[in-house]
Amino acid sequence: MAVILSARGLCKNFGAVSAAAEVNAAIERDSVVGLIGTNGAGKTTFINMITGYLKPDRGTIEFEGRDITPLAPRDITRLGICRSFQIPQLYGSLSVFDNMMVALGVVLANARRGGFFSRGDPLVPGFEAPAEEAAARMLGRFGLAEYRDRNAHALPGGVRKLLDIALAMVARPRILLLDEPTSGVSAAEKFGIMQMVLEAVRAEGATVLFVEHDMEVVARFAQRVLAFYDGRIIADAAPQVALADPEVKRYVVGRHA
Amino acid sequence: MKIVNVTHGSFYALGAYAGASLTGVWLARGFPAPLSYLVLLVAAVAITLVFAPAIERGILRFMYAKDEVVILLITYALFLILEDVIKLIWGVNPYFIAEPYALLGSFQVAGMAYPTYNLLLVGLAVVFGGGLAWFLAGTRTGKLLRAVIHDPEVSRAMGVNVERFYLVTFTFGSLLAALAGAYTAPTVSVVPGLGVEVIVLSFAVVVIGGLGSLPGAALGAVIVGIVRSLSVHYLPQVELFVIYFVMAMVLALRPRGLFSLEEPRRI
Amino acid sequence: MPLALAAILLGVLAGGPWLPQWAMFIVTVAFARGLVALGLMLLLRAGLVSFGQALYFCLGAYAAGALGRFLGIGDIALEMLAGGAVAALAAFVLGFLLARYRGIFFGLLSLALSMILYGLLVKNEALGSTDGFNILRSTLFGIRPGADWVRYTVMGCAAVVSVGAALVVHRYLQTPLGRLAPAIKDNEIRVEYMGASARYAVHVKYVIAAALAGVGGALAATTVGHIDPDMAYWTSSGEFIFIAILGGTSNVVAPFAAALLYGLIHTTAYDLSPNTWQMSLGIALLLLIVFLPQGLFGRLGWR
Repeated sequence: MAVILSARGLCKNFGAVSAAAEVNAAIERDSVVGLIGTNGAGKTTFINMITGYLKPDRGTIEFEGRDITPLAPRDITRLGICRSFQIPQLYGSLSVFDNMMVALGVVLANARRGGFFSRGDPLVPGFEAPAEEAAARMLGRFGLAEYRDRNAHALPGGVRKLLDIALAMVARPRILLLDEPTSGVSAAEKFGIMQMVLEAVRAEGATVLFVEHDMEVVARFAQRVLAFYDGRIIADAAPQVALADPEVKRYVVGRHA
Repeated sequence: MKIVNVTHGSFYALGAYAGASLTGVWLARGFPAPLSYLVLLVAAVAITLVFAPAIERGILRFMYAKDEVVILLITYALFLILEDVIKLIWGVNPYFIAEPYALLGSFQVAGMAYPTYNLLLVGLAVVFGGGLAWFLAGTRTGKLLRAVIHDPEVSRAMGVNVERFYLVTFTFGSLLAALAGAYTAPTVSVVPGLGVEVIVLSFAVVVIGGLGSLPGAALGAVIVGIVRSLSVHYLPQVELFVIYFVMAMVLALRPRGLFSLEEPRRI
Repeated sequence: MPLALAAILLGVLAGGPWLPQWAMFIVTVAFARGLVALGLMLLLRAGLVSFGQALYFCLGAYAAGALGRFLGIGDIALEMLAGGAVAALAAFVLGFLLARYRGIFFGLLSLALSMILYGLLVKNEALGSTDGFNILRSTLFGIRPGADWVRYTVMGCAAVVSVGAALVVHRYLQTPLGRLAPAIKDNEIRVEYMGASARYAVHVKYVIAAALAGVGGALAATTVGHIDPDMAYWTSSGEFIFIAILGGTSNVVAPFAAALLYGLIHTTAYDLSPNTWQMSLGIALLLLIVFLPQGLFGRLGWR
């Protein structure tokens, strides 16, 4: 399968802390990859570097053969790589519906539709529908319709997560990075949420990387696992293999898992 | 304190006016001139104690939870109010008290006469700046203060009297402004509008030095002072302009200022 | 909204000739100040408070005045055009610096810039320094209105331009870029991650706000007849902020209504006690913020 994203020799230090030490990874198109590791192992740093929020001290990141290492987050988003956040990043004082409308508005603006001189209701690329309809559709797909008019800061934790992910998906990304998509979600709902998200994503034909602490979720949904420890990738294999790896067991999963 | 304080300029003006008028009265009554330095101190302290706690307790205390923009507007509104309060108390005519300044005379440096009073100002700045730095880093209360500023919720949960810290910090900060005003009063004519000028200048200082950094503020002040003097000497019309030009340069080349303590937002 | 604006325009143009001169003056000045406040409103929606909008107000006024003083032109339309253009150009340049900043930085930086202009003007002999200078008698498209009709003409122009500006801003706020304002205020990082440039959006808003203030300044100059550096003084900026907060950020008519209200209050109160005007303003602003944070017309429009 074709490699859609590759990281080569990424190094990032924060003072004495090595958050990334010669990280290499090649992500294949349409795959679902789980990133595991203890806190501080370098998973979020990895995502931050891919999305341009942090610049690696050394190394390169290529997306479909193009070097994206020096780009700013907004440029990387425009190229088709979107992410969700460990702590949901929402527009607190706006309603859920308005949050979605802002996201759709940006997609419109980037496609040069809906500007000052345009007439009528421009169609959002990827939805082929006006923004309001597209918003309703997205909310429906993620089960957020009942929260439509509630302000984002007044939402329960799992719902915030869902909205955060939904916002990331509005732009129809080719690569979706999910940072702990099920953290803060009750055990009963975890599988349901991952199922919903992955179905929605795969329907578009996107590649997914997700950071996860719950090994059951990883085992169930990931086709491949990258295990991080101390800034290095210590295992890169299918879930059954990776989770059984002695180093992974020692540093990440726990010996008696 | 993570609140943005336009009112600070008002305290500078208050200190200047209080210092000037009290010293004026002191000297007019024939009391010894050398003690006027103490009078300035007393005036600054007194005026701060009159206004600062009242403002903090009466108004600001209710506003900490609000939006940054709202707090900004509130301190701006307070600034407007205090400007007129000053005019009401002291009138619009300029105050001059040159005695404390003249008394110390001047001394020769590299063939030019340098006013000794200015040394006093520098000395005061060093003492207070150094004292504050030591306080924040070296004493238990100082460290507590930094903790409170960093996260009031957690501090409160740990039993720290956050409200009292805020009150004391605001008062002390205002006191510093008032002292600066009082001790600068003998070198200028004290007029309405003093507050704005100083806000505009101290902003440049803070930007150049970096927000949140004490050594930065000190360095920034030195830079601004030198630039200003040079420009007054060679091109008086562009005095303020030059300072802001320097600031723009700093912002363009090193937006965090020279010593800022910037923390990237954790996501 | 367009209907409401059209009604206002018609009302002013039709009812104008029956108004006494002093009323026309107040209405015109309200339009001028309203324009500045309209621009401020744009910035406020994005969470930015400009403490120095008077910079552009003053630039607009001096541009209009310069037309008369150096080129002998007194045409109202050209004056407004010049005012808006000069202000927009200045904002375009300054915006590269200012658009990067938020909160207190943005506020004080804008304040400082306006005070620099004040300082430059005060020391400038060619432009009359602290006395300023008078503006040329107004013409419109080459026609010189009779003495009784001058005020009406200026007021008419003010109304047309203001309604036009309000329509433009209203439309702008319905575009994706316009909708970005509250998002920038709430979570700029997310905005970037959605693929939009917050800095670009702020820069655009800043230039629009400046152009509006510039036209307002030109109008004010034309109707008052005199220009001086005080127009750039920080207290002038304070007035505009007050009007913007009084009106609230929810619809485009609010800034103008607030400006009218302010004008009426100012005229009465200032005569009563000039030395406490600032204090009254400050107290009123405080009360507004505490009790009426949405402004007087808060809930009447978009979010």
